[in-house]
Amino acid sequence: MKLKGKVFKYGDNVDTDVIIPARYLNSSTPENLAAHCMEDIDKNFADEVSEGDIIVGGKNFGSGSSREHAPLAIKYAGVSCVVAESFARIFYRNSINIGLPILECPEAAKAAEAGDELEVDIDNGEIKNMRTGESYQAVPFPPFMQEIIKDGGLIEHVKKELV
Amino acid sequence: MGMTMIEKILAAHSDQDQVKPGEIVNARVDMVLGNDITAPVAVKEFNKIGVDRVFDKERIALVPDHFAPNKDIKAAEQVKVVREFAQKHDITNYFEVGQMGIEHVLLPEKGLTLPGEIIIGADSHTCTYGALGALGTGVGSTDMAAAMATGKAWFKVPPTIKIVYSGELKPHVSGKDLILYTIGKIGVDGALYKAMEFTGEAIENLSMDGRMTMSNMAIEAGGKAGLIAADEKTESYLEDRAQREYTIVKPDSDAEYEQVIEIDVSQIEPQVAFPSLPENTKGLNEITEKIEIHQSVIGSCTNGRIEDLRAAAEIFKGQKVHKNVRCLVFPGTQAIYKQAMHEGLFDIFIDAGAAVSTPTCGPCLGGHMGILADGERAISTTNRNFVGRMGSTSSEVYLASPAVAAASAIKGHIAGPEEVK
Repeated sequence: MKLKGKVFKYGDNVDTDVIIPARYLNSSTPENLAAHCMEDIDKNFADEVSEGDIIVGGKNFGSGSSREHAPLAIKYAGVSCVVAESFARIFYRNSINIGLPILECPEAAKAAEAGDELEVDIDNGEIKNMRTGESYQAVPFPPFMQEIIKDGGLIEHVKKELV
Repeated sequence: MGMTMIEKILAAHSDQDQVKPGEIVNARVDMVLGNDITAPVAVKEFNKIGVDRVFDKERIALVPDHFAPNKDIKAAEQVKVVREFAQKHDITNYFEVGQMGIEHVLLPEKGLTLPGEIIIGADSHTCTYGALGALGTGVGSTDMAAAMATGKAWFKVPPTIKIVYSGELKPHVSGKDLILYTIGKIGVDGALYKAMEFTGEAIENLSMDGRMTMSNMAIEAGGKAGLIAADEKTESYLEDRAQREYTIVKPDSDAEYEQVIEIDVSQIEPQVAFPSLPENTKGLNEITEKIEIHQSVIGSCTNGRIEDLRAAAEIFKGQKVHKNVRCLVFPGTQAIYKQAMHEGLFDIFIDAGAAVSTPTCGPCLGGHMGILADGERAISTTNRNFVGRMGSTSSEVYLASPAVAAASAIKGHIAGPEEVK
């Protein structure tokens, strides 16, 4: 599947506290979380993001708290995928588990600028920057994770196993 | 080929003789943990699976501690979801206000996290249990839900960094200073996708409380776990607590480490992590400017244990909290609360003008019980100093040990224990 969207670019160590501040964690309704996504580093994000847009981060994206509310907020804000130089490990597994596509690709993440358009093939990990015409190859998922992704997340995967 | 601690634990829990970094294993878990923020999402996901029972009602721990005692109606609704789930499934280890504590202080105290075990928790500081020689690691709510149904979780076997701490600690230097120093050295992603093993004579000499402080912050270096091999101290800590039989796991002498880091602790000063990353550490002797503070927080899953409260009380004895500072003390559990009270620590805190609260994670994550206004600054014994972590996005958090947080509360600016006497 190919995704195409406008880039929202952030730096290194974007933590889950800024992706969704704890003051909103008294609710776990995805739509409520999405309304405050990225609020503490980008006040206008929730208003400016459109369906299919892409977040690009630096190193250690999603660090800190294990709150799954962070990838949920991003997913329900309409973001189609996140590309970063590297991901914090809990955010990485949470994203796979809830079905938010994430791609680790230092070259693509460094080269992308805010407002660029990226085309991402989530099956083969190819990322194309439409402004520069450059293409990049993301780190592929191990087969086990591809299975979870194919099943539509961990819950569907476990269901298949248990039923 | 020998194995590191985490490799041995993962191999034993997936019925294999040997595992190597990079392999993915589906492992049995010994305990599954959730709190009032993460468990409601897990309950929703659990219900989607369509099983009618949890894998083992004695191996799930539910601890409403973040926004509990309930801070508002929405928080009360979240706790209600957790409570009703616990009642429906007859969960043994559900801890209501009155018995509860901050999860990572409470579970070891109750003997629910044991050497050689795997504990996953929908809370990033689940790595605390590394201090008992267990693989404790943080996961999300969906992982928690799946594990509540299956009793298993998938893990990628991580490479291990061994950190050897030698030498003797200077006065007022604690486990908190060692881990802050370490994070300052390797960075907030220095152990990303990796496990750490903390070892050496300085670790052997550290108390269980100090060890738990260190393992607690493994995640602040991006680590999957921060393991310390169990020894006589661990066994004696568990003597009247352990709820199950356990097997101590030590690393093989020929285990393969990705990196070995040697740290001479005798050179380490009390540390302070400046905003807004735990890696922005400085020794007290390197701080030349006067940094005024408005709040001092002493407690949390990092530093809410009895030894932490004693360290703070020692500084507060006969002293007063500065008139411009609010000082908040949060014992980690009811048992610690009671012990501190009986030891007379509360008299010292209250006479000094500090407030003592019931156990809660409250202020650490900007939840309640000590939120910062625009431009305010706090020194805190907690684990994160991210933008907006304790309140307003223009407020600041400086991380330090209980002794430094207490000394700073007295002076009204960041200060070391030596400056108080």
